Amino acid sequence: MTAPLSAVNEFVVCIANVNGTGSASANALFAKAVFAGGVPVAPKNIFPSNIQGLPTWFEVRISEAGHLGRRGDIDIMVGVNAQSLEADYAQVRPGGYFLYDSTKQLPQHFAREDITHYGVPLTALSADHFSDMRQRQLLSNTVYVGALAALFGMDLDRIKGQLARQFAGKERLIDANALALDLGHDYVRQHYGSDSCGLKIRELEPASERILMTGNSALGLGAVYAGATVMAWYPITPSTSVAEAFEAYCRRLRRTEDGEKRYAVIQAEDELAALGMVIGANWNGARGFTATSGPGISLMNEFFGLAYFAEVPAVVVNVQRAGPSTGMPTRTQQSDVLLSAYASHGDTKHPLLFPSDPAECFTAMADAFDLADRAQTPVLVMVDLDLGMNEYLSAPLAWPEGRSYDRGKVLDADALENLSERYGRYLDVDGDGIAWRTWPGSHPDKGAFFTRGTSRDRYAAYTERSEAYSDNMERLLRKWETIKTLVPEATLEHGDGEAEIGLICYGTSLLSTLEAVRGFDVPIDVLRLRAFPFSPNVGEFIARHRTVMLIEQNRDAQMRTLLVNELEIAPGLIHPVLHYDGMPIPANTIAEQMQRILRRTGIQVLDKEDVAA
Amino acid sequence: MSFIAPNFRHPEQGANGLGLRRSDYEGALSTLCAGCGHDSVSAAIVQACFEMDVEPHRVGKFSGIGCSSKTPNYFLNHSHGFNSVHGRMPSVATGAILGNRDLLYIGISGDGDTASIGMGQFIHAARRNLDMLYLVENNGCYGLTKGQDSATADLGSVSKTGVATELYGLDLCALALQSGASLVGRSFSGDKSQLVQLLKTAIAHRGFAFLDVISPCVTFNNTPASTKSYDYAREHIDVAGALDFVPHQSAIEIDYAEGEVQKVHLHDGSELLLEKVGKDAGALDDKTAALAAMNRAQDAGRMLTGLLYLDTELPDLHTVNRTVATPLNQLGQDELFPGLDALEQINAEQS
Ligand SMILES: Cc1ncc(C[n+]2csc(CCOP(=O)(O)OP(=O)(O)O)c2C)c(N)n1
Ligand code: SF4
Ligand SMILES: [Mg+2]
Repeated sequence: MTAPLSAVNEFVVCIANVNGTGSASANALFAKAVFAGGVPVAPKNIFPSNIQGLPTWFEVRISEAGHLGRRGDIDIMVGVNAQSLEADYAQVRPGGYFLYDSTKQLPQHFAREDITHYGVPLTALSADHFSDMRQRQLLSNTVYVGALAALFGMDLDRIKGQLARQFAGKERLIDANALALDLGHDYVRQHYGSDSCGLKIRELEPASERILMTGNSALGLGAVYAGATVMAWYPITPSTSVAEAFEAYCRRLRRTEDGEKRYAVIQAEDELAALGMVIGANWNGARGFTATSGPGISLMNEFFGLAYFAEVPAVVVNVQRAGPSTGMPTRTQQSDVLLSAYASHGDTKHPLLFPSDPAECFTAMADAFDLADRAQTPVLVMVDLDLGMNEYLSAPLAWPEGRSYDRGKVLDADALENLSERYGRYLDVDGDGIAWRTWPGSHPDKGAFFTRGTSRDRYAAYTERSEAYSDNMERLLRKWETIKTLVPEATLEHGDGEAEIGLICYGTSLLSTLEAVRGFDVPIDVLRLRAFPFSPNVGEFIARHRTVMLIEQNRDAQMRTLLVNELEIAPGLIHPVLHYDGMPIPANTIAEQMQRILRRTGIQVLDKEDVAA
Repeated sequence: MSFIAPNFRHPEQGANGLGLRRSDYEGALSTLCAGCGHDSVSAAIVQACFEMDVEPHRVGKFSGIGCSSKTPNYFLNHSHGFNSVHGRMPSVATGAILGNRDLLYIGISGDGDTASIGMGQFIHAARRNLDMLYLVENNGCYGLTKGQDSATADLGSVSKTGVATELYGLDLCALALQSGASLVGRSFSGDKSQLVQLLKTAIAHRGFAFLDVISPCVTFNNTPASTKSYDYAREHIDVAGALDFVPHQSAIEIDYAEGEVQKVHLHDGSELLLEKVGKDAGALDDKTAALAAMNRAQDAGRMLTGLLYLDTELPDLHTVNRTVATPLNQLGQDELFPGLDALEQINAEQS
């Protein structure tokens, strides 16, 4: 018989529920209460493309050590979904725990001997104490939060404090939920005592100030702080909440006393129109942006080319998800890297930013607007469903004192008035490939030009001369070189840079990569990409390491292709470590693939132990 | 076609009220085919803007792709212009209008650009009652790609290809009307005086002003059996009521018999005098009457031109959105940045 698992502040809880039963608030209550007790958490909502009825899972990684990527297995399962019960039951690690609704008996064959069972009559307890049908269902979810609190030895007052915050202003809900918490808590205490479960949560004094926020909220707020005034979008999971956050924060922070808006949010007729609106706004000197996901980026392709060649700034948030529209829209992936980098027809490429947590999401918006204005080109902020829609632990959002908007090279009325030479919209007067633009309406007889793709000369006058075309294309390449100096550098996240093994990752693959590395007994360096085009230290890193691996969440090793292509590296020099099933990348998947690669390349490594343990 | 002789001086020669000459309103040399209807439309725009004392640099010009969409380059050289992508001009214009509510926006499109690839965006621009003039130079074909039928080609019409159109032609005025445009008019590139009056009205109007202008393609669709040819248009046009646009700065005294003329006040203070035709002519903002009049004309094999519909009360997008009066592109960091205290507060809410 396997010994029951025992751990303090290091385990994974999973709650298997039914979509549309209102479990989200109970689940959030649990995760936030753990966080409020100073213990690092990473909640992940795994939900179907459905409004009601299909299975949904809420996975919470609790890790004092700060391992907040997905670990890949479950220590304690709360199984309250009859549809998925069988599979959920099987998922529990040997030695783990299974909490179920004992209002109905578990089927006979649920008889694992290697796990501990806790039956709690969630439905019955709720039905006995609450009369309203809808409330009964909602509150049966809160009952299991109370039960978990008892098993983990959590402070019930801590959870009730969180409850008061979550439902501020809705006193009746607070009272009902508090009662439901007590019901679950007391039942477990009475029937199982306080020591039966080896998994414990002990409150900590956090070393630094932390927040728990979704990436999408931070992106929306980042756009408000970055001075965006026009937001055009079309609903698509998992990006919708970026628009919603932007609008909600604008309503709070950007209205005059009379309720007039210093912003405009337009729900466009489709994503094409959304990017068109963004281009129009930026062309006119207002900061505009949109947020979408892969299918939207696909539709926007023609406009990306227009903005690239006409040199109009634009900011596009791409919250990546798995596959096509009828793929798995509610699952995560990093699979739009190539689509985004080279979006459109003709020779085009676009800067991409890859934030890894909410604080970086917030800053990335300011960076993206500054870069778009400075380089007069579309910039994409690349996140994924995992970061966008899940609450991520993060440093607080920060805006450096004195940071001001960089609107780039714009000639205003005075500058135009004092201009002695003829104005040329596409004239590279500074040698950095970036010409000066003007905003419509600035000056009565100077600075007006006709915006179009490439059939024009340096003065924006119509021409189909070949030399004018190639002259322009070459200037755009010079501009690309300038952009390389403007994007954030890749950062060394682990090691001293002297190891033989070098890992490269980006975005949400960072946390699991760092956890996987700690399971190996050899020096390993980890470099995190933060932008495309690549900063010079990326090529140096690849050259300096004997074995280089690139960890990413897609099937075709897209970032590797981008590196091979842009840095002219032999493909064999970068070993792909891939994960593409729609779930966030787990540390044990990375560790296993690393093992295989190291064995293949003949490097002897001792695996400390199974990193999942 | 104006039925009342205005008593203010037409500054045909010399300078307008801003001291600008007509040449200040012209654009680059047209590269369209000689005789193309689109060039006449450009000339009418030059005249309307010149006579209305429009400040050229306070205009934003937009277009999609096509021969028609090239024309913004051929008028108002001192305005910024944006030749965008095929069928998507409305969205680019929408963003620009959101970014700066203070300019005059003129969008030029073709029947291919609007009635096929751009139908969705066109309908939605109308629905939002965007404050702009949206003009379609309608030649019933794709000029720039060498004469294929467009979706406005009438059933039975024969272009240079020699094949009669077998599908029903779309009526853009009816669509605009149904979609929420607040001004709808139709004209013919060969009827400059009517077109100029309509343009002036559209420029003075706040909201989505849609003009469908029959603008023959001499190269591909000016055949004897085409319903978008010069000859056909001249012979089949009915006028929905002559109109005279009276700019806001001119004080006029006109004698007209009660009931013959309708007077409409426009947003910039201008007035519109509209002859009432027939006893059944409804009020200008009567959608049902407007559609009925258009349908009756169509049934009789005629083309109804003139101002077909006008609603000066419909709020435009900025009014609906309650955007501040200052154009959004004029707001700086001082007005837009919420401050570090607010950020600290938000951080506290997430912890
Ligand atoms: C996405 C896309 N598809 C096709 C084209 C090719 N194209 C250029 S102009 C045009 C039709 C223009 O017709 P219309 O708007 O009626 O303008 P006209 O030339 O008749 O004035 C087409 C199909 C294009 N430019 N872009
Ligand atoms: S092809 Fe037709 S539409 Fe194009 S310029 Fe010539 S006449 Fe005009
Ligand atoms: Mg046409």
